[in-house]
Amino acid sequence: MSIDLYRGVVKPIMAGFGITRRRLLNKKVTIMYPEEIREQYPRTRWRHFLTRYDTGLERCIGCSLCAGACPARCIYVEAAENTDEARYSPGERYAVRYEINMIRCIFCGYCQEACPTGAIVLRKNFELSDYKREDFIYTKERLLEAYPGQANEPFKGEYADKPGPVYTG
Amino acid sequence: MLTRPGLLTQRIPSRSFGRLQHASGRIRVGNHMPKRVETVVLHDSATPVLGDVQKGGSVVLTSLDTLLNQARANALWPLTFGLACCAIEMMATVASRFDLARFGSEAFRATPRQADVMIIAGRLSKKMAPVLRQIYDQMPEPKWVISMGACASSGGVYNNYAIVQGADQVVPVDVYVPGCPPSPDALIYGVLKLQEKIKRGNNPRNLTDLKLWEGLSGARELGEVEA
Repeated sequence: MSIDLYRGVVKPIMAGFGITRRRLLNKKVTIMYPEEIREQYPRTRWRHFLTRYDTGLERCIGCSLCAGACPARCIYVEAAENTDEARYSPGERYAVRYEINMIRCIFCGYCQEACPTGAIVLRKNFELSDYKREDFIYTKERLLEAYPGQANEPFKGEYADKPGPVYTG
Repeated sequence: MLTRPGLLTQRIPSRSFGRLQHASGRIRVGNHMPKRVETVVLHDSATPVLGDVQKGGSVVLTSLDTLLNQARANALWPLTFGLACCAIEMMATVASRFDLARFGSEAFRATPRQADVMIIAGRLSKKMAPVLRQIYDQMPEPKWVISMGACASSGGVYNNYAIVQGADQVVPVDVYVPGCPPSPDALIYGVLKLQEKIKRGNNPRNLTDLKLWEGLSGARELGEVEA
């Protein structure tokens, strides 16, 4: 009886705790996401940005090649003529409306490949969840970077500065 | 319509009740209630009533509500509802590298009776839609829905006859997570957004999208209630 107790109960328990003891010293694999962002892969494609030249002019010329290349048909571009009084891009035309349905987009990056001026780029901001479907129509105001080179800045999470969602009353 | 006058309708003096009453002097409830109205105030709003959070009437029940929402938000048990490739990322979210258990959501339940949140992971075909609806109906209140991925949220690239163009045509969706598929951290961000929504609760101070409370937009017109 005592031999069965040892073989059947004590020995497996000790073996199991042995695995735990060995694994205790291993490197921790969990990424504490809201506080720290893991290093994304170099070709990760997430949120779109419309970039500017260093002079501040928009790169987008409103040619709609991105909309043609999009397999999900989620890009809408409407072009208008530049004038000398109101000049947005170096060429003849610029995009007066540029909308991406971010909830239908599959982040394939074909728009980035199709763009002749390198205007639209996909960066690593993956925090795109929201509550309402209307909020996913990213207009040109949301897509266009505020100053040249803003899209190239490394992505910091929304919870980088604050300790996760807290109850606000 | 006014089948049970003693219970469903009540005659209220006009000077004590302001704008909420019908021209005939009766408050109509019942078949004409809109779906999204949380509470219909049927008493004089100057009189505090236990459980009414509009005028700060109850301290006890709002505090209990706070506690309940805190408990609900930090123990969201998801329902196993993987429909397509997004389910692989959903499984990776629960695994040790991303570890959804840090947010209390590690217990994926195979039965809707024990689940709080349904994560629709993958494209929802029209043949699957009634099944999804039935499973959603079987979940106990309170329940929430996360629509994960482009296909579940809007149809994605599958704009064809077989795929439902957005799961919100079938069930009410709380949080949409874009991506094809969303990476595990993007899904965790969606769970955090849902937790924020639950923790915010029914507090009228933070209800910006549902302006049915008197403190925000004044008393409702009857036409707004019936709309």
